This record gives sequence, structure tokens and C-alpha cells, in this order.
Amino acid sequence: MNIVVLVKQVPDTYSERKLADSDHTLDRESADAVLDEINERAVEEALQLQATHGGEVTVVSVGPDRATDAIRKALSMGADKAVHVSDEALHGTDAIGTAKVLAKAVGTIEGVDLVLAGNEATDGRVGAVPAMVAELLGLPALTHARKVEVDGSVVKVERETDEGVQHLQANLPAVISVNEKINEPRYPSFKGIMAAKKKPVSTLTVADLGVDAGELGIAGSWTSVLESAPKPPRSAGQRVEDEGDGGAKVAEYLVGQKLI
Amino acid sequence: MAEVLVLVDHVDGEVKKVTHELLTAARRIGEASAVVVGAPGTAAKLKDALAAHGAAKVYVAESEDAASQLVTPEVDVLAALVGSASPAAVLVAASATGKEIAGRLAIRIGSGVLVDATEVNADGTVGQSIFGGAYNVKAQATKGVPVISVRPGAVEAENAEGAAAEETVAVPAGSAVVTITSREPLAGGDRPELTEASVVVSGGRGVASAENFAVVEALADALGGAVGASRAAVDSGYYPHQFQVGQTGKTVSPQLYIALGISGAIQHRAGMQTSKTIIAVNKDAEAPIFEIADFGVVGDLFKVAPQLTEEVRKRKG
Repeated sequence: MNIVVLVKQVPDTYSERKLADSDHTLDRESADAVLDEINERAVEEALQLQATHGGEVTVVSVGPDRATDAIRKALSMGADKAVHVSDEALHGTDAIGTAKVLAKAVGTIEGVDLVLAGNEATDGRVGAVPAMVAELLGLPALTHARKVEVDGSVVKVERETDEGVQHLQANLPAVISVNEKINEPRYPSFKGIMAAKKKPVSTLTVADLGVDAGELGIAGSWTSVLESAPKPPRSAGQRVEDEGDGGAKVAEYLVGQKLI
Repeated sequence: MAEVLVLVDHVDGEVKKVTHELLTAARRIGEASAVVVGAPGTAAKLKDALAAHGAAKVYVAESEDAASQLVTPEVDVLAALVGSASPAAVLVAASATGKEIAGRLAIRIGSGVLVDATEVNADGTVGQSIFGGAYNVKAQATKGVPVISVRPGAVEAENAEGAAAEETVAVPAGSAVVTITSREPLAGGDRPELTEASVVVSGGRGVASAENFAVVEALADALGGAVGASRAAVDSGYYPHQFQVGQTGKTVSPQLYIALGISGAIQHRAGMQTSKTIIAVNKDAEAPIFEIADFGVVGDLFKVAPQLTEEVRKRKG
């Protein structure tokens, strides 16, 4: 079973994330970049499925040159090869443009049975890119999976969201996004890290994929950011020491605010 | 006035609160048309609530498939209506499912998608709060009919009389179908959903054990709220992951957020700092949660929270 895993490099949520003043895009200098945590789980799930069903695991990423680090991390976990779409024209591309590029990149890989991704990136939090890719590829999307089972040409998923758990079923090929509960990702071994250096990574441009550059970048996006500004920090309000009446004081405050 | 399509979020024959918020937002742009996609007989149960929140029209798209397939029936129905009704915008709830519906629909109809809006303006532009509330952004769709997912709790629902004139529409036969073979509710009992609740009471590392979360739950129940947990509490196994509030969990913006024994790491603040009112209880006077709390108590949560629970119960009689 051939599996493609979509991975994304994101600014570390533990560092300060900023938007550039000039064009409202991510200020990539301001924050450390890491492989998004949820993607590690997607890679892990792909490797586990590969262990049972065989086939090849290919990592696909769209992003600037430094996304290579995220790709290497996925390869060092055990993925076989990678496709990296890197192009100046991508700077400022929105979710729809990104989904179009990802769909085309998946299309360069032959005999794909399953496309795996994280359910939501920690930076944009669009939470819909896997579904968009599925729409573009004309594939079923089984999203927010906490459990994946493949049986012949059928895939079954337990989807967990705020609304509860749904048991899903669809035919392969399909797109699956995984949630935090799916597994615990492995740490790359030393051997894995060394092996990753020799694994093939093909770097493609937008033109290689035949994507219309007019649909990419800030100018080509389906949405535009008109303004952005750091939110004025919330200021601290009242603070009291508990002298045996802390709960009552909170209650008084809530009554004053008409909250109870 | 142009129509604005609102996808009705409903469960067990009841309209979810976020739908009222969407209808309110829709009326700022144009005339609100509710779109009900579900099993036969669903719209009849929802109609009164939709009329009371200003739905001029109710499009009824009902079939067995609509209830047993994931995401695509809603996309198919909305795409057909965008073609026939030429709306000014399409609004959906920014829930896990709603975001996917919005994303797929935008691709299908060649439109821009605006995700997780916290404000919807009359001209179709939206406000967004990104990076866990650290930045405010104003954005617009530049192509097609704007598809907007709106964060639950961000827009205040207003009552308004609407005619709720019913119009039946077909549910197109879908392709690339995902079948929902069965469902189970999440453990959480009768409490409201975390992202829908007007009150959220969360516990952190300071709660110190799974059993002790009963203190958090008791306060949440007294306030009719949902229970949340910090990543530290979830990672320590005190509370299940689906209740995690923060960067790698849920983003909530309730009217009232009460943080018990939560230090307020950036990870956690990212998920709750857009709450209207924040109350914090923590032993450590230096805890960063106090920097963003409207009212803070430096003290033992096991003394303060039960006392507060008692006070709330007394006032509610």
C-alpha cells in the first residue's frame, strides 16, 4: 500500500509568532521552525500501516527551503522518500492555493492508496486542508481519525471531534487526517537519522507541477489580509489573596459583572 | 437585498447556539437564509428556532444519505444553492466539520474561504484572531462568493422575527462518499460542548489528580458550564484529551473562563485569551495567568473553588 504523508513546517508555538508588517505574512525570522507535532503522528501512522500492508511511504511538503528540516525529520522516522515543493511564487499563498499545490504534488506519485495528514496545523489552524486536497483529488476524506483500519480496499476510521465519535467507512484511495490521539510518534534512531541523509528528496517548482502561478502568492490568493496588528495585551485586573473568603469574593465579582 | 446562506448546525432535532450567532451575522450582510441538511423530518423540528432568529427563508435538503454521509452532502447542497440563489456570502460554524465543509465548498465553487472569523462585517470582510489571540487580522475574500466559518461564541446572537419560508431542495447524489456507520456521544454527560459553552471551568496541574477534577466539575455544573483542562493536566492523565484547551487543543471564547490551578503558559493562553471575562485561582502569586485575569485569587483552589460553587448554588436557589 503506497502512502503519501503531507507534512508542514510551522513556527514553534513556544516561541513568539509575528506577522511581517509589510505584507501580513508570517515573519519566518521571528520564530523557530519545527515539524508540526501532529504531522509526526501522521508519519507514525503511515509507518505502522506500512509495517502491516507493505508499500512505500512518501513525504510531501510545500514550503520554503528550510522546510527541508521537517522533511528530514519525517525521513529519519522511517519514511522512504520525499517531494518538496519550493518556489518563491508560493510566498503568501493561502489555504486554497496550498491545497492545489499539494494535490498536484500528490499527483506526481504513482499508485497512491492513501494520503495521510495532520488534522489541523498549529499556525494557520485552517483545519480543512486535508478535506480540500480530497476535494481536488476527488477522493473521500476521513478526518480527525483517532483510529485507522485498512481491510482490502476498504478503510475504516474512528473520527473524534467535539461532536462525538463517528465510525466512518470509505473505499480506497482516500485521504485521512489524524488527531492527537492516534498514536505516540517514535523518536528517530541514530541509524534512522544517518539513513535519512541518503534518502531521495525531489525538489519541484510550481512550474514543474503545472500549477498556474497566477493562483498563488499574495496576488493570486482567494483571500487577502487587509490589516493585521498585534492584539493589545490583556491587562491584569483585580487580584486578592485568599483569606478564607476567596470564593465569596469571586462570586461578588461575578454578580457585579452580571455573570451569575 | 442579497441572500446570505447559513448552514444550520443541529443535533438531535435541536438548533445549536452557534446557528443563532450565524443568523445574526448573516443579517448584517443581507437576508438570512437558513440551510437545513439532514434526515427527513429535521427541518420541521428546527423551524421555530430559525424563525425566532431572523431566518427569512429555510432551505430544506433532507434525505437518508444526508444524515449518514460525512461533509459532502452539505457541500453538495450549498454548492447547488450558491448557483441558484446567488448569495452574498455563505456562513458556517467554525467547528471541525464546519471548517471542512467551508474548505471543500470554496474549492468547489472557486471562492475564497475565510476561516474562524470572530467578527463579520456588513461588507463581507471579517475579523480574525490568530496565533492564539496574539494578532487581530482583517481579511476579505477576493474571488467568488465569500465562504466564512465563524467561531462559536464570537458573535452575540440577537433575536429577530423571520418568515422562515420553507423551500425544498434536492440532496444531489454524492461522489467520493464517506459513510457514517455509527455514532457515539463523547463522555461528558449533560455538560455543554466545550467550544459552545458560555462558561468554561478548567483545571491544570494544580488540580493534582484525576479524582480531584471533581472540584472543577462541581463548579462547572453549578455554573452550567463545560469542563476544560490544561495540557499539563491532560499529559499527567488527570483529564481526557478532548477537553484540552490550548494551542494543541480547543480554542474557546466563552463569556466566562475560570482557570483553576493553571499557571497560564503561552500554550494554554493561546486557547482561551479571547474569553470575555477570565477568573484565575492559583497558589503561585507569580503565575502568568494573573497577567490576563480580570479577577484573580492567590490561594488554594481546593478552598476557593468549593466556596465559589456553594455561593453560585445559593444564588441560583
